[in-house]
Amino acid sequence: MSAVTDQFAVPSAPVRKTPMGTFDLVFRNASLLAALFVLVLLAGIMVSMVVGGWPAFREFGLGFITSSVWDTQNEQYGAWPAIVGTLSTALIALVVGVPLSLGIAVFLTQLAPPWFKQPVSTAIELLAAVPSIIYGMWGLFVFAPLFAAYVQIPLSSLVEGMPIVGTILYSRSPSGLGILSAGIILAFMIIPFIASITRDMLDQIPSVLRESAYGIGATTWEVVRHVLVPQAGVSIIGAIMLGLGRALGETMAVTFVVGNANRLSASVMDPGSTIASRIANEFNEALGLQLNALIALGCILFFVTFVVLVIARLLVARVKRY
Amino acid sequence: MTMATPAKTMTAPHVEWGRVRSSRRTADRMMKIIATSFTLIAIVVLFWILGMLIVKGLGGLSASTFTQITPGPGTEGGGLANAIVGSIVLTFLGIAVATPIGVLAGTYLAEYGKASKLADLIRFINDILLSAPSILIGLFVYVILVEPFRGYSGWAGGVALGIIAIPVIVRTTEDMLRLVPGSLREAGAALGAPPSVVITSVTWRAAKSGMVTGVLLALARIAGETAPLIFTALNNNFWFSPNLIGGVSNLPVTIYQFASAPYENWQQLAWAGSLIITVSILVLSIIARRIVRGGK
Repeated sequence: MSAVTDQFAVPSAPVRKTPMGTFDLVFRNASLLAALFVLVLLAGIMVSMVVGGWPAFREFGLGFITSSVWDTQNEQYGAWPAIVGTLSTALIALVVGVPLSLGIAVFLTQLAPPWFKQPVSTAIELLAAVPSIIYGMWGLFVFAPLFAAYVQIPLSSLVEGMPIVGTILYSRSPSGLGILSAGIILAFMIIPFIASITRDMLDQIPSVLRESAYGIGATTWEVVRHVLVPQAGVSIIGAIMLGLGRALGETMAVTFVVGNANRLSASVMDPGSTIASRIANEFNEALGLQLNALIALGCILFFVTFVVLVIARLLVARVKRY
Repeated sequence: MTMATPAKTMTAPHVEWGRVRSSRRTADRMMKIIATSFTLIAIVVLFWILGMLIVKGLGGLSASTFTQITPGPGTEGGGLANAIVGSIVLTFLGIAVATPIGVLAGTYLAEYGKASKLADLIRFINDILLSAPSILIGLFVYVILVEPFRGYSGWAGGVALGIIAIPVIVRTTEDMLRLVPGSLREAGAALGAPPSVVITSVTWRAAKSGMVTGVLLALARIAGETAPLIFTALNNNFWFSPNLIGGVSNLPVTIYQFASAPYENWQQLAWAGSLIITVSILVLSIIARRIVRGGK
């Protein structure tokens, strides 16, 4: 017995002392350092935002978040209109973009003939490759005039005087620019992200599940609604959160179409501003406390998107494993 | 005679929607129509944007676009030469910063860290950086590289673009290295090669095309970035100084500044620049996709 185990005993590895050994160590540590650098980057962004924005937080305290004053003459700064603008444009982007993305994902995975799937997939993914400044130019020069002529003006005359709707949808100056336009442009920018993740998730679902549902006589809609969506549900929510993260921090496209007004308006047709658009607009002329206030805005944006992205990644990762 | 009948029954009786209730049929039809039309909307928007760029951009495109520098306010003519060169310099600076770090970090995740807690954390943080708003990265570089040195510089712009590119390269490098079969590594190790040699001359070589794709995708991602450059490289209406100190002209910020300017030739140049930049990025992304599909 013992002879058999001896035979299989692993001989202790001879210690190698070659020039290769040094290179091995250097290479290993260099790659570890590079990987740790990723952590340092995120920590660095967090620290620099907090430190850069600290003077503004110290000066205004919690009032920085709740105040709506943005007065460069008297050095009074409040983030509320920008926060509301950021959240409402992102919300509109989700309301418009999510149904479109899910429809596209269902089309690509369930309806499209195989030869058609690849080019359409590529086209949707190319929407993500178009730089955001190009979306901004499209929004400003093509979308906004059409939106003003065919949506804002007729809608304003229709809802004028109505309670609630008359406030939310009425545009005082129908220029096509505003919170709603920015939200719609954002919707097209987040579609490729939500649609492609959802498509991958639907593709991952074992086809046995689909086939057995069809086997008991379900229609395509019923298969999607009762089999596919419950299976991929959590990761679809993750994909939507990922889109939300994009929409919150998108800068150039929004800066072009949001109108860049510093006041808060009850109507989604009126110009407003988001955190990112305000930073992009004012940063190069900002001095002193205004600069700190802008970095403090960036700090708020960082923590909001950070939380959204963490939730998104956790949700997407949870389902990938099955 | 009896042999002929089975051939007839082979064709299934074509009863469409046999016993399906009409409400279920309508719901199904509706869903199909909605999903198809939503896809159509997205494709129309893509081609609408491309069409707009071609129609408005081609008009502004001429030989002087590539030979003359950006015009001052109220000056006739002009081109985008300095902006194009500046964009190329900044983008390649960004890639030069990001490639070594990204490739090494991706290698660590795929080859050394694997399923360890640290590797999982780095993967998670990398995914978050991947979708972090680029404007925040611009602010970060402003705080660490522009404010302390009291001035905008091309170096800061390159670093900002590099930081945006790193997570893209990390992610694709890791994914591509993981596709390399373990037996290749074992074969290398069996010859007595230490891990570093196995990685550099076996695994990297096997995953080369995929890793190149990662760099190309990163290139496409940063070439059109505008927001981080506003805080770092800013812009310059003249040729920038060769040491890259001070504003460095670049296409995206030039487009941003020229697009809504009151001068006709500025707007023309903004459209021409948009066309140039979008076409280059789309070509890059399509090449990257081709490599991935060809490699599989």
